[in-house]
Amino acid sequence: MSHVLLRHRDIPNINRLDVYKKNGGFAAWKKAVTKMQPNEVTGVVKDSGLRGRGGAGFPTGMKWSFIDNKNWPHYVVANADESEPGTFKDREIMEGNPFQFLEGLALGSYAVGANAAYVYLRGEFWELAAFLDEKIAEMEEAGYLGENLFGTEYSLKIYTHLGAGAYICGEETALLESLEGKRGQPRVRPPFPPSYGLYGKPTIINNVETFTNVPAILANGADWYKSMGTMDSAGVKVFSLSGRVRKPGNYELPFGTTFRQLIYEHAGGVQEGRPVKAIMPAGASSSLIVVDDKVLDTPMDYATVRTLGADLGSASVIVLDDTVDIDWVINKTIKFFKHESCGKCTPCREGNYWMKHLTSRIHSGNGSKDDVDLLLNVAKQMQGKCLCALGEFSTMAVVTGIERFPQDFKKAVKA
Amino acid sequence: MSLEKTHPKEVKQILSKYPLEHKRSAVMPLLYLAQREEGFITKSAMQDIAQMLEMTETEVASIVGFYTLYHDEKAGKYRMQVCTDLPCALRGADEFLNNLCGNLGIKVGETTPDGLVTLEAVMCLAACDKAPMFQTQGPDGIKYHELMTVDRTMELIDALKQAEEK
Repeated sequence: MSHVLLRHRDIPNINRLDVYKKNGGFAAWKKAVTKMQPNEVTGVVKDSGLRGRGGAGFPTGMKWSFIDNKNWPHYVVANADESEPGTFKDREIMEGNPFQFLEGLALGSYAVGANAAYVYLRGEFWELAAFLDEKIAEMEEAGYLGENLFGTEYSLKIYTHLGAGAYICGEETALLESLEGKRGQPRVRPPFPPSYGLYGKPTIINNVETFTNVPAILANGADWYKSMGTMDSAGVKVFSLSGRVRKPGNYELPFGTTFRQLIYEHAGGVQEGRPVKAIMPAGASSSLIVVDDKVLDTPMDYATVRTLGADLGSASVIVLDDTVDIDWVINKTIKFFKHESCGKCTPCREGNYWMKHLTSRIHSGNGSKDDVDLLLNVAKQMQGKCLCALGEFSTMAVVTGIERFPQDFKKAVKA
Repeated sequence: MSLEKTHPKEVKQILSKYPLEHKRSAVMPLLYLAQREEGFITKSAMQDIAQMLEMTETEVASIVGFYTLYHDEKAGKYRMQVCTDLPCALRGADEFLNNLCGNLGIKVGETTPDGLVTLEAVMCLAACDKAPMFQTQGPDGIKYHELMTVDRTMELIDALKQAEEK
Protein backbone atom coordinates (compact mmCIF):
# COMPACT_ATOMS: atom_id res chain seq x y z
CA MET A 1 0.00 0.00 0.00
CA SER A 2 1.28 3.44 -0.79
CA HIS A 3 1.61 5.99 1.98
CA VAL A 4 -0.95 8.68 2.76
CA LEU A 5 1.35 10.79 4.96
CA LEU A 6 4.91 9.56 4.41
CA ARG A 7 4.54 9.98 0.66
CA HIS A 8 8.20 10.92 0.27
CA ARG A 9 8.93 7.24 0.69
CA ASP A 10 6.99 6.50 -2.52
CA ILE A 11 7.57 9.65 -4.56
CA PRO A 12 11.13 11.03 -4.80
CA ASN A 13 11.51 14.79 -4.37
CA ILE A 14 7.95 15.37 -3.22
CA ASN A 15 9.43 18.10 -1.05
CA ARG A 16 9.80 20.10 -4.27
CA LEU A 17 6.82 22.23 -5.16
CA ASP A 18 6.60 21.15 -8.82
CA VAL A 19 6.75 17.46 -7.87
CA TYR A 20 4.16 17.87 -5.13
CA LYS A 21 1.87 19.73 -7.50
CA LYS A 22 2.29 17.11 -10.22
CA ASN A 23 1.17 14.48 -7.73
CA GLY A 24 -2.11 16.18 -6.92
CA GLY A 25 -0.74 18.76 -4.52
CA PHE A 26 -2.77 21.92 -3.78
CA ALA A 27 -5.80 20.64 -5.73
CA ALA A 28 -7.75 20.32 -2.46
CA TRP A 29 -6.53 23.75 -1.39
CA LYS A 30 -7.67 25.44 -4.59
CA LYS A 31 -10.99 23.62 -4.57
CA ALA A 32 -11.67 24.54 -0.94
CA VAL A 33 -10.94 28.25 -1.36
CA THR A 34 -12.73 28.65 -4.69
CA LYS A 35 -15.65 26.22 -4.41
CA MET A 36 -16.33 25.38 -0.75
CA GLN A 37 -17.64 27.25 2.24
CA PRO A 38 -15.36 27.08 5.31
CA ASN A 39 -17.90 25.03 7.27
CA GLU A 40 -18.09 22.52 4.41
CA VAL A 41 -14.36 21.84 4.87
CA THR A 42 -14.94 21.30 8.58
CA GLY A 43 -17.87 19.03 7.67
CA VAL A 44 -15.75 16.73 5.51
CA VAL A 45 -13.07 16.50 8.23
CA LYS A 46 -15.77 15.75 10.80
CA ASP A 47 -17.28 13.02 8.60
CA SER A 48 -13.87 11.43 8.04
CA GLY A 49 -13.55 10.55 11.73
CA LEU A 50 -10.08 12.14 11.89
CA ARG A 51 -8.87 12.42 15.48
CA GLY A 52 -6.00 14.55 16.78
CA ARG A 53 -2.61 12.87 16.42
CA GLY A 54 -0.82 14.75 19.18
CA GLY A 55 -1.88 12.28 21.84
CA ALA A 56 -5.35 13.19 23.08
CA GLY A 57 -7.20 11.79 20.06
CA PHE A 58 -9.85 14.51 20.12
CA PRO A 59 -12.10 14.56 16.99
CA THR A 60 -10.54 17.20 14.71
CA GLY A 61 -13.65 18.37 12.89
CA MET A 62 -15.48 18.80 16.18
CA LYS A 63 -12.61 20.92 17.53
CA TRP A 64 -12.77 23.15 14.46
CA SER A 65 -16.53 23.57 14.85
CA PHE A 66 -15.98 24.95 18.37
CA ILE A 67 -14.28 28.10 17.01
CA ASP A 68 -16.00 31.19 18.41
CA ASN A 69 -17.41 33.14 15.46
CA LYS A 70 -18.32 36.16 17.56
CA ASN A 71 -14.74 37.05 18.36
CA TRP A 72 -12.12 37.93 15.67
CA PRO A 73 -9.47 37.55 14.34
CA HIS A 74 -8.96 33.80 14.46
CA TYR A 75 -5.62 32.01 14.53
CA VAL A 76 -4.45 28.52 13.68
CA VAL A 77 -1.33 26.97 15.18
CA ALA A 78 0.44 23.78 14.16
CA ASN A 79 1.98 22.06 17.13
CA ALA A 80 5.42 20.96 15.92
CA ASP A 81 6.95 20.89 19.39
CA GLU A 82 7.42 17.11 19.12
CA SER A 83 9.16 16.35 22.42
CA GLU A 84 7.66 13.20 23.92
CA PRO A 85 10.46 10.67 24.46
CA GLY A 86 9.72 8.07 21.80
CA THR A 87 8.09 10.39 19.27
CA PHE A 88 9.92 11.39 16.08
CA LYS A 89 7.26 11.33 13.37
CA ASP A 90 6.45 15.01 12.85
CA ARG A 91 10.04 15.78 11.98
CA GLU A 92 10.05 13.14 9.24
CA ILE A 93 6.71 14.41 7.88
CA MET A 94 7.89 18.02 7.74
CA GLU A 95 11.26 17.15 6.22
CA GLY A 96 9.95 14.62 3.73
CA ASN A 97 6.50 15.88 2.79
CA PRO A 98 6.43 19.53 3.86
CA PHE A 99 3.88 20.79 1.35
CA GLN A 100 1.21 18.31 2.35
CA PHE A 101 1.60 19.46 5.95
CA LEU A 102 1.48 23.14 4.93
CA GLU A 103 -1.51 22.51 2.66
CA GLY A 104 -3.30 20.84 5.58
CA LEU A 105 -2.47 23.77 7.82
CA ALA A 106 -3.81 26.12 5.14
CA LEU A 107 -7.03 24.09 4.84
CA GLY A 108 -7.50 24.20 8.62
CA SER A 109 -6.97 27.96 8.53
CA TYR A 110 -9.55 28.41 5.78
CA ALA A 111 -12.04 26.19 7.63
CA VAL A 112 -12.00 28.45 10.69
CA GLY A 113 -11.49 31.76 8.88
CA ALA A 114 -7.94 32.45 10.07
CA ASN A 115 -5.72 34.76 8.01
CA ALA A 116 -2.58 33.97 9.99
CA ALA A 117 -1.19 30.60 11.03
CA TYR A 118 1.89 29.77 13.07
CA VAL A 119 4.00 26.63 13.06
CA TYR A 120 5.46 26.29 16.56
CA LEU A 121 8.57 24.12 16.23
CA ARG A 122 10.73 22.93 19.08
CA GLY A 123 13.93 24.98 19.15
CA GLU A 124 16.06 21.98 18.27
CA PHE A 125 14.33 21.88 14.84
CA TRP A 126 16.38 24.92 13.86
CA GLU A 127 17.39 23.64 10.43
CA LEU A 128 13.88 22.34 9.78
CA ALA A 129 12.39 25.76 10.54
CA ALA A 130 14.67 27.35 7.95
CA PHE A 131 13.66 24.65 5.48
CA LEU A 132 9.94 25.29 6.12
CA ASP A 133 10.52 29.03 5.69
CA GLU A 134 11.85 28.27 2.20
CA LYS A 135 8.82 26.10 1.42
CA ILE A 136 6.44 28.78 2.66
CA ALA A 137 8.21 31.34 0.46
CA GLU A 138 7.82 29.01 -2.53
CA MET A 139 4.11 28.70 -1.84
CA GLU A 140 3.78 32.49 -1.67
CA GLU A 141 5.66 32.79 -4.92
CA ALA A 142 3.32 30.28 -6.58
CA GLY A 143 0.21 32.04 -5.29
CA TYR A 144 -0.83 29.41 -2.75
CA LEU A 145 -0.28 31.74 0.19
CA GLY A 146 -0.64 35.49 0.46
CA GLU A 147 -3.33 38.03 -0.40
CA ASN A 148 -6.55 37.33 -2.31
CA LEU A 149 -5.84 33.69 -2.99
CA PHE A 150 -7.06 32.33 -6.34
CA GLY A 151 -8.75 35.69 -6.93
CA THR A 152 -11.00 35.41 -3.87
CA GLU A 153 -11.29 37.61 -0.80
CA TYR A 154 -9.39 35.09 1.29
CA SER A 155 -5.80 35.78 2.42
CA LEU A 156 -3.45 33.62 4.44
CA LYS A 157 0.08 33.96 5.80
CA ILE A 158 2.00 31.17 7.53
CA TYR A 159 4.86 31.89 9.94
CA THR A 160 7.29 29.62 11.76
CA HIS A 161 8.18 30.20 15.40
CA LEU A 162 10.95 28.36 17.24
CA GLY A 163 10.62 27.29 20.85
CA ALA A 164 13.78 26.92 22.89
CA GLY A 165 13.86 23.57 24.63
CA ALA A 166 10.81 23.02 26.84
CA TYR A 167 8.71 19.85 26.64
CA ILE A 168 5.82 21.61 28.33
CA CYS A 169 5.32 23.81 25.25
CA GLY A 170 3.75 20.81 23.54
CA GLU A 171 0.83 21.38 25.90
CA GLU A 172 -1.39 23.65 23.85
CA THR A 173 -1.96 26.47 26.30
CA ALA A 174 1.71 26.51 27.34
CA LEU A 175 2.54 26.67 23.64
CA LEU A 176 0.31 29.74 23.28
CA GLU A 177 1.96 31.43 26.26
CA SER A 178 5.34 30.74 24.69
CA LEU A 179 4.19 32.11 21.34
CA GLU A 180 3.06 35.24 23.15
CA GLY A 181 6.61 35.72 24.40
CA LYS A 182 6.18 34.35 27.91
CA ARG A 183 7.43 31.38 29.86
CA GLY A 184 5.70 28.25 28.61
CA GLN A 185 3.34 27.49 31.47
CA PRO A 186 -0.13 26.03 30.94
CA ARG A 187 -3.22 28.16 31.42
CA VAL A 188 -6.09 27.23 33.65
CA ARG A 189 -8.90 25.87 31.48
CA PRO A 190 -11.67 26.58 30.64
CA PRO A 191 -11.70 28.76 28.59
CA PHE A 192 -10.29 26.51 25.86
CA PRO A 193 -8.31 27.85 22.87
CA PRO A 194 -11.22 27.74 20.37
CA SER A 195 -12.76 30.56 22.41
CA TYR A 196 -9.68 32.05 24.11
CA GLY A 197 -6.38 31.21 22.45
CA LEU A 198 -3.48 33.18 20.97
CA TYR A 199 -3.62 36.82 22.14
CA GLY A 200 -6.96 35.93 23.72
CA LYS A 201 -8.49 35.25 20.30
CA PRO A 202 -10.21 32.05 19.09
CA THR A 203 -7.47 29.63 18.08
CA ILE A 204 -7.31 26.09 16.72
CA ILE A 205 -4.21 24.05 17.56
CA ASN A 206 -3.51 20.70 15.95
CA ASN A 207 -0.56 18.39 15.66
CA VAL A 208 1.54 18.31 12.45
CA GLU A 209 0.38 14.80 11.57
CA THR A 210 -3.27 15.78 12.04
CA PHE A 211 -2.97 18.61 9.51
CA THR A 212 -1.06 16.40 7.08
CA ASN A 213 -4.07 14.07 6.83
CA VAL A 214 -6.41 16.86 5.75
CA PRO A 215 -5.41 17.36 2.07
CA ALA A 216 -5.78 13.62 1.46
CA ILE A 217 -9.21 13.60 3.12
CA LEU A 218 -10.40 16.57 1.05
CA ALA A 219 -9.03 15.02 -2.13
CA ASN A 220 -10.37 11.49 -1.65
CA GLY A 221 -13.38 12.04 0.57
CA ALA A 222 -14.44 11.15 4.09
CA ASP A 223 -15.63 7.66 3.13
CA TRP A 224 -12.26 6.76 1.65
CA TYR A 225 -10.56 7.83 4.85
CA LYS A 226 -13.00 5.93 7.04
CA SER A 227 -12.46 2.79 5.00
CA MET A 228 -9.02 2.58 6.65
CA GLY A 229 -8.48 1.91 10.34
CA THR A 230 -11.15 0.85 12.80
CA MET A 231 -14.63 2.02 13.80
CA ASP A 232 -13.13 3.82 16.80
CA SER A 233 -10.07 5.26 15.09
CA ALA A 234 -10.37 6.06 11.40
CA GLY A 235 -7.50 6.21 8.97
CA VAL A 236 -3.76 5.76 9.17
CA LYS A 237 -1.27 6.60 11.89
CA VAL A 238 2.47 7.07 11.90
CA PHE A 239 3.75 4.79 14.64
CA SER A 240 7.15 5.84 16.02
CA LEU A 241 8.77 2.61 17.12
CA SER A 242 11.84 2.69 19.36
CA GLY A 243 13.65 0.71 22.03
CA ARG A 244 14.92 -2.83 21.67
CA VAL A 245 13.68 -3.62 18.19
CA ARG A 246 15.80 -4.54 15.18
CA LYS A 247 14.51 -1.78 12.93
CA PRO A 248 13.33 1.23 14.90
CA GLY A 249 11.67 3.97 12.88
CA ASN A 250 8.41 5.43 11.68
CA TYR A 251 5.79 3.09 10.28
CA GLU A 252 2.65 4.44 8.66
CA LEU A 253 -0.04 1.83 9.18
CA PRO A 254 -3.81 1.74 9.54
CA PHE A 255 -5.22 1.92 13.05
CA GLY A 256 -5.99 -1.61 14.16
CA THR A 257 -2.57 -2.98 13.25
CA THR A 258 -1.49 -5.24 16.11
CA PHE A 259 1.60 -4.76 18.26
CA ARG A 260 2.86 -8.08 16.90
CA GLN A 261 2.55 -6.93 13.29
CA LEU A 262 4.32 -3.66 14.05
CA ILE A 263 7.18 -5.21 16.01
CA TYR A 264 7.70 -8.50 14.17
CA GLU A 265 6.44 -8.00 10.59
CA HIS A 266 7.52 -4.42 10.10
CA ALA A 267 10.44 -3.90 12.48
CA GLY A 268 12.05 -7.34 12.21
CA GLY A 269 11.41 -8.37 15.81
CA VAL A 270 13.33 -7.77 19.01
CA GLN A 271 17.13 -7.39 19.14
CA GLU A 272 18.89 -10.73 19.69
CA GLY A 273 15.52 -12.47 19.40
CA ARG A 274 14.69 -11.74 23.03
CA PRO A 275 11.12 -11.73 24.35
CA VAL A 276 9.20 -8.47 24.83
CA LYS A 277 8.77 -7.74 28.51
CA ALA A 278 6.82 -4.51 28.40
CA ILE A 279 5.49 -1.94 25.96
CA MET A 280 5.02 1.78 26.46
CA PRO A 281 2.60 2.73 23.66
CA ALA A 282 2.63 6.49 24.33
CA GLY A 283 6.26 7.30 25.06
CA ALA A 284 7.49 8.30 28.50
CA SER A 285 3.95 9.43 29.40
CA SER A 286 2.73 5.93 28.97
CA SER A 287 1.53 3.26 31.32
CA LEU A 288 3.62 0.09 31.15
CA ILE A 289 1.84 -2.86 29.59
CA VAL A 290 2.87 -6.35 30.71
CA VAL A 291 3.31 -8.20 27.45
CA ASP A 292 2.01 -11.67 26.66
CA ASP A 293 0.69 -13.27 23.46
CA LYS A 294 -2.74 -11.75 23.92
CA VAL A 295 -1.30 -8.26 24.28
CA LEU A 296 0.86 -8.68 21.17
CA ASP A 297 -2.25 -9.57 19.18
CA THR A 298 -4.14 -6.49 20.38
CA PRO A 299 -5.11 -4.07 17.59
CA MET A 300 -3.73 -0.59 18.14
CA ASP A 301 -6.52 1.95 18.21
CA TYR A 302 -7.49 4.44 20.91
CA ALA A 303 -10.29 2.34 22.46
CA THR A 304 -8.66 -1.08 22.33
CA VAL A 305 -5.32 -0.03 23.83
CA ARG A 306 -7.32 1.40 26.71
CA THR A 307 -8.54 -2.11 27.55
CA LEU A 308 -4.90 -2.96 28.29
CA GLY A 309 -4.75 -0.26 30.96
CA ALA A 310 -2.83 2.24 28.84
CA ASP A 311 -3.36 4.97 26.25
CA LEU A 312 -2.20 4.96 22.65
CA GLY A 313 -1.35 8.69 22.87
CA SER A 314 0.77 9.77 19.94
CA ALA A 315 1.62 6.10 19.21
CA SER A 316 5.25 6.38 20.22
CA VAL A 317 5.76 2.72 20.96
CA ILE A 318 8.78 1.93 23.15
CA VAL A 319 9.68 -1.76 23.33
CA LEU A 320 11.40 -3.13 26.45
CA ASP A 321 12.90 -6.62 26.36
CA ASP A 322 13.46 -9.02 29.27
CA THR A 323 16.88 -7.55 30.14
CA VAL A 324 15.41 -4.16 31.05
CA ASP A 325 14.70 -3.45 34.73
CA ILE A 326 11.58 -1.40 35.33
CA ASP A 327 13.12 0.50 38.26
CA TRP A 328 15.71 1.77 35.75
CA VAL A 329 12.93 2.72 33.32
CA ILE A 330 11.00 4.85 35.78
CA ASN A 331 14.21 6.44 37.04
CA LYS A 332 14.74 7.60 33.44
CA THR A 333 11.17 8.80 32.89
CA ILE A 334 11.04 10.67 36.21
CA LYS A 335 14.39 12.32 35.52
CA PHE A 336 12.77 13.62 32.35
CA PHE A 337 9.56 14.83 33.97
CA LYS A 338 11.35 16.43 36.91
CA HIS A 339 13.47 18.39 34.43
CA GLU A 340 10.48 19.35 32.28
CA SER A 341 7.94 20.20 34.99
CA CYS A 342 7.24 23.91 34.46
CA GLY A 343 6.89 24.65 38.15
CA LYS A 344 3.50 26.32 37.96
CA CYS A 345 1.44 23.82 39.95
CA THR A 346 2.59 22.35 43.24
CA PRO A 347 1.63 18.68 42.81
CA CYS A 348 3.73 18.32 39.65
CA ARG A 349 6.67 20.48 40.75
CA GLU A 350 7.05 18.96 44.21
CA GLY A 351 5.78 15.52 43.28
CA ASN A 352 8.32 15.03 40.54
CA TYR A 353 11.08 16.42 42.75
CA TRP A 354 10.39 13.82 45.43
CA MET A 355 9.73 11.03 42.96
CA LYS A 356 13.16 11.71 41.46
CA HIS A 357 14.81 11.33 44.86
CA LEU A 358 12.99 8.06 45.44
CA THR A 359 13.55 6.50 42.01
CA SER A 360 17.28 7.40 42.19
CA ARG A 361 17.61 5.85 45.61
CA ILE A 362 15.74 2.70 44.61
CA HIS A 363 17.57 2.27 41.32
CA SER A 364 21.01 2.82 42.90
CA GLY A 365 20.35 -0.02 45.33
CA ASN A 366 20.11 2.22 48.38
CA GLY A 367 16.35 2.03 48.71
CA SER A 368 14.07 0.05 50.98
CA LYS A 369 10.63 -1.44 50.57
CA ASP A 370 9.27 1.61 52.37
CA ASP A 371 10.76 3.84 49.65
CA VAL A 372 8.84 1.91 47.00
CA ASP A 373 5.62 2.27 48.99
CA LEU A 374 6.27 5.98 49.48
CA LEU A 375 6.99 6.44 45.77
CA LEU A 376 3.71 4.79 44.86
CA ASN A 377 1.94 6.89 47.45
CA VAL A 378 3.39 10.18 46.12
CA ALA A 379 2.52 9.25 42.53
CA LYS A 380 -1.06 8.36 43.44
CA GLN A 381 -1.48 11.55 45.43
CA MET A 382 -0.49 13.58 42.38
CA GLN A 383 -3.09 11.94 40.17
CA GLY A 384 -6.10 14.10 39.39
CA LYS A 385 -4.51 17.16 41.01
CA CYS A 386 -2.14 18.56 38.37
CA LEU A 387 -2.89 21.56 36.21
CA CYS A 388 -2.07 19.80 32.95
CA ALA A 389 -1.35 16.39 31.49
CA LEU A 390 2.42 16.57 32.13
CA GLY A 391 2.03 16.07 35.85
CA GLU A 392 -0.72 13.53 35.43
CA PHE A 393 1.22 11.47 32.89
CA SER A 394 4.48 11.61 34.86
CA THR A 395 2.88 9.23 37.35
CA MET A 396 1.71 6.63 34.81
CA ALA A 397 4.92 4.65 34.39
CA VAL A 398 5.63 4.87 38.12
CA VAL A 399 2.28 3.52 39.26
CA THR A 400 1.92 0.85 36.58
CA GLY A 401 5.61 -0.06 36.90
CA ILE A 402 5.38 -0.74 40.63
CA GLU A 403 1.97 -2.40 40.44
CA ARG A 404 2.57 -4.53 37.36
CA PHE A 405 6.26 -5.41 37.84
CA PRO A 406 6.60 -5.86 41.63
CA GLN A 407 9.41 -8.41 41.22
CA ASP A 408 11.71 -5.75 39.67
CA PHE A 409 11.32 -3.50 42.70
CA LYS A 410 11.74 -6.37 45.14
CA LYS A 411 15.02 -7.16 43.41
CA ALA A 412 16.12 -3.50 43.34
CA VAL A 413 15.66 -2.86 47.06
CA LYS A 414 17.23 -6.19 48.04
CA ALA A 415 20.30 -5.86 45.86
CA MET B 1 25.19 47.89 20.80
CA SER B 2 21.52 47.46 20.07
CA LEU B 3 20.40 44.55 17.88
CA GLU B 4 18.44 47.08 15.84
CA LYS B 5 21.79 48.65 14.90
CA THR B 6 23.86 45.49 14.47
CA HIS B 7 21.20 43.33 12.76
CA PRO B 8 18.57 45.73 11.36
CA LYS B 9 17.37 43.37 8.62
CA GLU B 10 16.91 40.38 10.90
CA VAL B 11 15.16 42.42 13.60
CA LYS B 12 12.74 43.88 11.09
CA GLN B 13 12.02 40.46 9.62
CA ILE B 14 11.40 38.96 13.08
CA LEU B 15 9.08 41.75 14.17
CA SER B 16 7.07 41.43 10.94
CA LYS B 17 5.89 37.96 11.95
CA TYR B 18 3.72 39.17 14.81
CA PRO B 19 0.87 41.68 15.17
CA LEU B 20 2.19 45.16 16.00
CA GLU B 21 0.35 45.27 19.30
CA HIS B 22 1.90 41.92 20.33
CA LYS B 23 5.55 42.52 19.57
CA ARG B 24 6.49 40.75 22.79
CA SER B 25 6.09 37.53 20.76
CA ALA B 26 9.41 38.41 19.15
CA VAL B 27 11.32 37.88 22.38
CA MET B 28 12.32 34.28 21.61
CA PRO B 29 13.69 34.85 18.09
CA LEU B 30 15.45 38.01 19.27
CA LEU B 31 17.11 36.08 22.09
CA TYR B 32 18.41 33.56 19.54
CA LEU B 33 19.78 36.43 17.51
CA ALA B 34 21.48 37.92 20.57
CA GLN B 35 22.93 34.56 21.53
CA ARG B 36 24.52 34.09 18.12
CA GLU B 37 27.25 36.63 18.91
CA GLU B 38 28.93 35.15 21.96
CA GLY B 39 27.19 31.83 22.53
CA PHE B 40 25.34 33.24 25.50
CA ILE B 41 23.04 36.14 26.23
CA THR B 42 24.66 39.08 27.96
CA LYS B 43 22.93 41.34 30.46
CA SER B 44 23.11 44.25 28.07
CA ALA B 45 21.46 42.17 25.32
CA MET B 46 18.60 41.42 27.69
CA GLN B 47 18.27 45.13 28.48
CA ASP B 48 18.27 45.93 24.79
CA ILE B 49 15.55 43.38 23.99
CA ALA B 50 13.47 44.46 26.98
CA GLN B 51 13.57 48.05 25.76
CA MET B 52 12.74 47.11 22.19
CA LEU B 53 9.71 45.04 23.20
CA GLU B 54 8.56 47.20 26.12
CA MET B 55 9.11 44.42 28.63
CA THR B 56 10.96 44.54 31.94
CA GLU B 57 14.48 43.12 32.11
CA THR B 58 13.24 40.64 34.69
CA GLU B 59 10.66 39.30 32.27
CA VAL B 60 13.31 38.79 29.61
CA ALA B 61 15.66 37.16 32.12
CA SER B 62 12.88 34.82 33.25
CA ILE B 63 12.48 33.62 29.68
CA VAL B 64 16.22 33.05 29.33
CA GLY B 65 16.09 31.03 32.53
CA PHE B 66 13.02 28.99 31.59
CA TYR B 67 14.14 27.62 28.21
CA THR B 68 17.11 25.27 28.06
CA LEU B 69 18.46 26.46 24.69
CA TYR B 70 19.19 29.94 26.03
CA HIS B 71 22.34 30.39 28.06
CA ASP B 72 23.42 33.23 30.30
CA GLU B 73 26.93 31.95 30.87
CA LYS B 74 29.87 31.43 28.61
CA ALA B 75 30.71 27.84 27.67
CA GLY B 76 32.62 26.09 24.91
CA LYS B 77 32.16 27.42 21.39
CA TYR B 78 30.06 24.33 20.65
CA ARG B 79 27.75 22.68 23.12
CA MET B 80 27.58 18.99 22.38
CA GLN B 81 24.24 17.87 23.78
CA VAL B 82 23.79 14.12 24.00
CA CYS B 83 20.30 12.72 24.44
CA THR B 84 20.24 10.21 27.30
CA ASP B 85 16.48 9.81 27.64
CA LEU B 86 14.79 6.43 27.82
CA PRO B 87 14.54 5.49 24.11
CA CYS B 88 18.14 6.58 23.39
CA ALA B 89 19.37 4.90 26.58
CA LEU B 90 17.76 1.64 25.41
CA ARG B 91 20.07 1.88 22.41
CA GLY B 92 23.32 2.62 24.19
CA ALA B 93 23.28 6.38 24.78
CA ASP B 94 24.60 6.20 28.36
CA GLU B 95 27.57 4.03 27.36
CA PHE B 96 28.23 6.32 24.41
CA LEU B 97 28.31 9.39 26.64
CA ASN B 98 30.54 7.65 29.19
CA ASN B 99 33.03 6.59 26.55
CA LEU B 100 32.99 10.03 25.01
CA CYS B 101 33.80 11.56 28.41
CA GLY B 102 36.69 9.11 28.71
CA ASN B 103 38.03 10.02 25.29
CA LEU B 104 37.75 13.76 25.84
CA GLY B 105 39.04 13.56 29.40
CA ILE B 106 36.17 15.70 30.71
CA LYS B 107 33.00 15.08 32.70
CA VAL B 108 29.47 15.92 31.64
CA GLY B 109 29.02 19.67 32.05
CA GLU B 110 32.71 20.41 31.51
CA THR B 111 34.53 22.09 28.61
CA THR B 112 37.58 20.85 26.74
CA PRO B 113 40.74 22.78 27.74
CA ASP B 114 40.87 24.50 24.33
CA GLY B 115 37.40 25.94 24.95
CA LEU B 116 35.95 24.29 21.87
CA VAL B 117 33.40 21.78 23.22
CA THR B 118 31.16 21.68 26.28
CA LEU B 119 29.67 18.25 26.81
CA GLU B 120 26.10 18.09 28.09
CA ALA B 121 23.46 15.42 28.69
CA VAL B 122 20.04 16.59 27.55
CA MET B 123 16.43 15.46 27.35
CA CYS B 124 14.72 13.89 24.34
CA LEU B 125 15.64 15.36 20.94
CA ALA B 126 13.04 13.46 18.90
CA ALA B 127 15.49 11.16 17.13
CA CYS B 128 14.85 8.00 19.17
CA ASP B 129 15.33 5.65 16.23
CA LYS B 130 18.79 7.05 15.49
CA ALA B 131 20.53 6.72 18.87
CA PRO B 132 23.18 7.34 19.98
CA MET B 133 22.73 10.92 18.85
CA PHE B 134 23.46 14.48 19.90
CA GLN B 135 23.05 18.01 18.69
CA THR B 136 25.70 20.67 18.49
CA GLN B 137 24.65 24.17 19.44
CA GLY B 138 27.11 26.73 18.19
CA PRO B 139 27.58 29.91 16.18
CA ASP B 140 26.03 28.28 13.10
CA GLY B 141 22.88 27.24 14.94
CA ILE B 142 21.78 23.76 15.92
CA LYS B 143 22.76 20.62 14.03
CA TYR B 144 21.78 16.99 14.57
CA HIS B 145 24.31 14.14 14.51
CA GLU B 146 22.64 10.74 14.45
CA LEU B 147 23.68 7.08 14.74
CA MET B 148 26.98 8.26 16.20
CA THR B 149 29.97 6.35 17.49
CA VAL B 150 32.74 7.71 19.68
CA ASP B 151 35.15 7.50 16.72
CA ARG B 152 32.88 9.49 14.44
CA THR B 153 32.34 12.04 17.20
CA MET B 154 36.09 12.48 17.67
CA GLU B 155 36.42 13.01 13.90
CA LEU B 156 33.73 15.68 14.08
CA ILE B 157 35.54 17.42 16.93
CA ASP B 158 38.81 17.28 14.94
CA ALA B 159 37.05 18.87 11.99
CA LEU B 160 35.68 21.64 14.21
CA LYS B 161 39.17 22.16 15.60
CA GLN B 162 40.70 22.43 12.14
CA ALA B 163 38.04 24.88 11.01
CA GLU B 164 38.91 26.91 14.09
CA GLU B 165 42.62 27.06 13.25
CA LYS B 166 42.01 28.29 9.73
